[in-house]
Amino acid sequence: MADITLDADKVEELKAVCVKFNHDGGELINVLHAAQIIFGYLPAEVQVIVAEGLNVSIAHVYGVVTFYSFFTMTPKGEHPISICMGTACYVRGAEKVLDEFNKLLGTKTGETTPDGKFSVSSLRCVGACGLAPVVTVGEKVYGRVAAADVKGILAEYGA
Amino acid sequence: METVQLTIDNKKVEVAKGTTILEAAKTIGVDIPTLCHMKLEDTNFENNPGGCRVCVVEVAGRRNLAPACKSECTPNMEVNTHSVRVVNARRTVMELILSDHPSDCLVCAKAGNCDLQDMAQTLGIRQIPFQGEKNEYKSDESPAIIREMEKCIMCRRCETACNKVQTVGVLSAINRGFESVVAPAFEMDLDHSNCTFCGQCVAVCPTGALTERDHSREVLDAIVDPTKTVIVNTAPAVRAALGEEFGMEAGTRVTGKMVSALRKIGFDYVFDTDFAADLTIMEEGTELLGRLSKHLAGDKDVKLPILTSCCPGWVNFFEYNFPDMLDVPSTAKSPQQMFGAIAKSYFAEKLGKKREDLVVVSVMPCLAKKYECSRDEFKTDGNPEVDLSISTRELAQMIKNYNINFNQLEDEDFDQPLGESTGASVIFGTTGGVIEAAVRTAYEVHTKKECPSVDFKELRGMEGIRSATIDFDGLPINIGIAHGLGNARKLLEDVRAGKSNFHAIEIMACPGGCIGGGGQPYHHGKVETLKARQKAIYSEDESKTLRKSHENPFVQKLYEEFLGEPCGHKSHELLHTHYYDKKNVDKK
Amino acid sequence: MANYKNHVLVCSGTGCRASQGEEIVLNLEAEIEKNGLGEEVQVVRTGCFGFCEKGPVVKMIPDNTFYVQVTPEDASDLVSEHLVKGRQVERLLFTDPETKEKVADSKKMGFYKKQIRLALRNCGFINPENIHEYIARDGYAALGKAFTMKPEEVIQEIIDSGLRGRGGGGFPTGLKWDITRKVQAEQKYVVCNADEGDPGAFMDRSILEGDPHSVLESMAINGYCTGATKGLIYIRAEYPLAINRLKIAIEQARELGLLGTDILGSGFDFDVEIRYGAGAFVCGEETSLIHSMEGHRGEPTVKPPFPSESGYKGMPTNVNNVETYANIPVILLEGAKYFASIGTEKSKGTKVFALAGKVNNVGLIEVPMGITLREVIFDIGGGIKDGKKFKSVQTGGPSGGCLTEKHLDIPIDYDNLLASGSMMGSGGMIVMDEDDCMVSVAKFYLDFTVEESCGKCAPCRIGNKRLYEMLDKISEGKATEADLGRLRNLANVIKDTSLCGLGQTSPNPVLSTMDNFRDEYLAHVKDKKCPAGQCKSLLQYVIDAEPCIGCTACVRVCPVDAISGEKKQPHTINQETCIKCGACMDKCKFKAISIQ
Repeated sequence: MADITLDADKVEELKAVCVKFNHDGGELINVLHAAQIIFGYLPAEVQVIVAEGLNVSIAHVYGVVTFYSFFTMTPKGEHPISICMGTACYVRGAEKVLDEFNKLLGTKTGETTPDGKFSVSSLRCVGACGLAPVVTVGEKVYGRVAAADVKGILAEYGA
Repeated sequence: METVQLTIDNKKVEVAKGTTILEAAKTIGVDIPTLCHMKLEDTNFENNPGGCRVCVVEVAGRRNLAPACKSECTPNMEVNTHSVRVVNARRTVMELILSDHPSDCLVCAKAGNCDLQDMAQTLGIRQIPFQGEKNEYKSDESPAIIREMEKCIMCRRCETACNKVQTVGVLSAINRGFESVVAPAFEMDLDHSNCTFCGQCVAVCPTGALTERDHSREVLDAIVDPTKTVIVNTAPAVRAALGEEFGMEAGTRVTGKMVSALRKIGFDYVFDTDFAADLTIMEEGTELLGRLSKHLAGDKDVKLPILTSCCPGWVNFFEYNFPDMLDVPSTAKSPQQMFGAIAKSYFAEKLGKKREDLVVVSVMPCLAKKYECSRDEFKTDGNPEVDLSISTRELAQMIKNYNINFNQLEDEDFDQPLGESTGASVIFGTTGGVIEAAVRTAYEVHTKKECPSVDFKELRGMEGIRSATIDFDGLPINIGIAHGLGNARKLLEDVRAGKSNFHAIEIMACPGGCIGGGGQPYHHGKVETLKARQKAIYSEDESKTLRKSHENPFVQKLYEEFLGEPCGHKSHELLHTHYYDKKNVDKK
Repeated sequence: MANYKNHVLVCSGTGCRASQGEEIVLNLEAEIEKNGLGEEVQVVRTGCFGFCEKGPVVKMIPDNTFYVQVTPEDASDLVSEHLVKGRQVERLLFTDPETKEKVADSKKMGFYKKQIRLALRNCGFINPENIHEYIARDGYAALGKAFTMKPEEVIQEIIDSGLRGRGGGGFPTGLKWDITRKVQAEQKYVVCNADEGDPGAFMDRSILEGDPHSVLESMAINGYCTGATKGLIYIRAEYPLAINRLKIAIEQARELGLLGTDILGSGFDFDVEIRYGAGAFVCGEETSLIHSMEGHRGEPTVKPPFPSESGYKGMPTNVNNVETYANIPVILLEGAKYFASIGTEKSKGTKVFALAGKVNNVGLIEVPMGITLREVIFDIGGGIKDGKKFKSVQTGGPSGGCLTEKHLDIPIDYDNLLASGSMMGSGGMIVMDEDDCMVSVAKFYLDFTVEESCGKCAPCRIGNKRLYEMLDKISEGKATEADLGRLRNLANVIKDTSLCGLGQTSPNPVLSTMDNFRDEYLAHVKDKKCPAGQCKSLLQYVIDAEPCIGCTACVRVCPVDAISGEKKQPHTINQETCIKCGACMDKCKFKAISIQ
């Protein structure tokens, strides 16, 4: 694992979160959510801090991080792209849209482009089934997306 | 007692409320097959996730099949343990498990001792109809334990041993679904983790996923090397368990046969670690009395209780978890390392050989001993005091490789001078034994009187945490005993908090002490096996003429000729050690 | 709402917001200001109206004019025409697909006609960020009423109503409450399961976004009944809007003393905290959910013990889902009798469904139990999209099954769905048409289960993976008829032996499609054909020589050089190399390429 140096202010912020949650191991998931907001992802170094802060083993933290798909150990791209693969979107052709993003960006689902600009992931139902298939880029939601629209969406973000 | 009546396979059964179907079935001779379930009675090891689903049974009126290990008996329940539906389900589940398991049983370290293999035989699995992806993981070869996780069946026994029993917390289930497996954080190698190498994960693993690192080939290489003098020494717990590997009943003492086999294998000298155990008592006992008399004289800085330090798993544990208390344990080396130090100095001198020409091999019930050999402070100019440590299981394998009919061997005696031992050293092999041995000597040294009785039965037993007060002729000495690192942690936390009133505490990492070590023949969840070994240890003690360490004539001679006095200058150099703060070693 | 003459309700659910709902609000406010109506007209951001297909939706109060598919640019017309001149903006009204007439009143639209809105009673009517609007519609009156009754009486009322858990299992809610009430413990907990993870269901999210107080109120009622003083809402972290509105609701309720100590002077203390899910479907299972809230991997444990006896931190814990809670105030205020008058013998009240897929009116609907699938799909849903033929409807999400034509007239309730090989589940309802391959659909759900299985028990961990692989083999045309037998046995064993509800139901999509679409499976296995034309490996792209003019456009677009032919001569596709990506067919302007 490549060593990374964490921003000292962020580390202090995370330690303060552990204090706020009373060093209670039962709050692990809340603390991991907070940590992911602070750092954008959960590298090993962050998990070690969380383990110490909550008096639980590092293995336990890692076991929890790898269980939940919301937690990630790799940094997301500058523009995280999520394609809804809920059933409603699936039957309306979401898979083709996902394939198109991966094709144009040269990624596999779950990966980030080498320049760190885009990451592609699939998610389960954002609950906008009326707009199926749905794609989100960052906070922005795109509805009724067809494979042919993908190029245009990427162009909005300078791809 | 409230009871429940039910029928199992059309037989009426009455059991206490709260009894599981699995336990109830056992009372009428019905053995429902289980795989993940393991309970070591009278210890705190119980693994019961209800995950393998091999123990499913049919319960009348229930929609789906019930896991016998997790389902409590209810009044008038009708259980069928072998209906067509049950047998089909059980076999299908087993086929599924095997479909994600390598088929290299012929060359697996666990072959013949594997719960999974046994279950496949019991259920008569002859083919695996499901073909598909199998999980692959990188292998992990630490100095003591090998992990080949594609053989993991997610029974979670190791996780229970590591977390609940030992509170070491190195292992956890990771990932989700088909990819899930048990691993250290970030899937790092055990060597980089806080692993104590106690080997309890290996002791309970039902498959070949967790095994010891095999050093027997290197031992053979040394034996056939004409330039090397190869010395072997065997720990007390080995002789109480080795016979099991040759079909003998648990608790059969095989000391003489073991010595004979070791000679046949070709070791130049067959010595006894027990000799070093007697030496340990001389050093540790003296240290105890030293601290005690300072304490009695009003010295506030003296560290009490003193903690035993002969268990390397335990030493690792406190280095990781109690680095603020490194001055509390005794500084005495473990018997293995004392043996090596004496063999490569005193005995080498006697032989007129250089230490490099000697190869010291130890046979241990333990996997942490392998790691202990590799510690830098146990080397002189890069040459280790003990070159190789093999487990009881590895020794059994070597004996088999040499075509030795172990059961028919004549008893033989250890070589001298490092083969003589007292009963006190033998009981090192079980929980409570080290401290009893120390008491036998310390009592007589302190009171200058003979012990009223050699047997301090109040120190014996299987309870996880025990305590007793021994009357040192008017001076009450409070003794604490813990086996299993989780129990040790409790006592240690009391010491840290200043709440402990013990003068001395004995700690063994493994449940039962060394008899339950990670290198012993597999107990397969039978606590009776451990208890039988314990009994064998005490009976060997009773059979000895000399039962107090300070009475060992060769130990006495060693001090006269070489060491001077216990805890003296030379002893300190050779027989004592120091500990490291490992809390902040890089954990990634 | 009293001070304003007019209210403009703008749907602010996730779906409509994604279609510039917020811009519509801002433009409307600007236009109102511009026309000097600021004192008279108020724009209200509401929860979901349900008619997502036609979103964004804007509704005018008091005249109830219902505008659909509004864009931000429409704001000026809506204000200048409707509000200033009192004229309806004709072009933004809903067009009845049959009569082609414009309909202004939502009650007259097919989509709404057969709906009864109990759980969704406030969604689309109130501003969810304003507690006073909830109170104005009898909010917290049920809690007040509960305080005048004994806990046993409240529970009896709920038992009498016949309400069953809306999260999937269908356990009688009143009985669950009663079990928790009867267990003695120092501390008890009320948990709201808002970890809606069923792909294609979003009713819980809509309720929390549109009417968060109804959940808070019901949790307090439960606390009063069971003796619990702490409430926990376990919500998906992927629902930021719902989380935000819940936070606002909790704060407002605390300010008014509706949460906290001595609520309404009753001496009863109760407060609520939010806990976040982290993307694990299995955490919808109540024991997994509890382990997750305790900071562990969301692995289920064998029941019993049930959470009602031993749950969060080992204490008695009542777990219900969002929709279940949303029904409670209705039962207390309208009476158990009223509630029980709706529905079938064993399934009382209404059920919210997320109607989606190949249906004209996608949206969130609430219908009385006992309504038929036909009514839902054709009357409310407006039939199949693009005039295609109905093929199947999937209910219950990954735990449910695919029903067919012959099930369309069965009254929908817990037991009928179960008997038909599906289940109620949390209320996903996905409609499929003739273009959907049922093997692929089963594979889609299994892919989901494989990804979401926690891995604790062997049949679910490995079995579902093998099921998926077998389905994959079928869709590639590599399976035999004997494989179908193995597939069925494996599916049954997984159901029979898995530890929790996830594995016990995960084979349902396979079993139901095998039962209801056996011919389609046989076509894949025996004839190596996919009748719906979905399974790539079983398709062949072929060029019809007649329309092909040899323009070579397909040659240039083919990523694997599988197409050859002379310029201006008909081309051919090499089936060995073709990867069936379909790029050539998309590119051909002469419709010369078809799938066989």
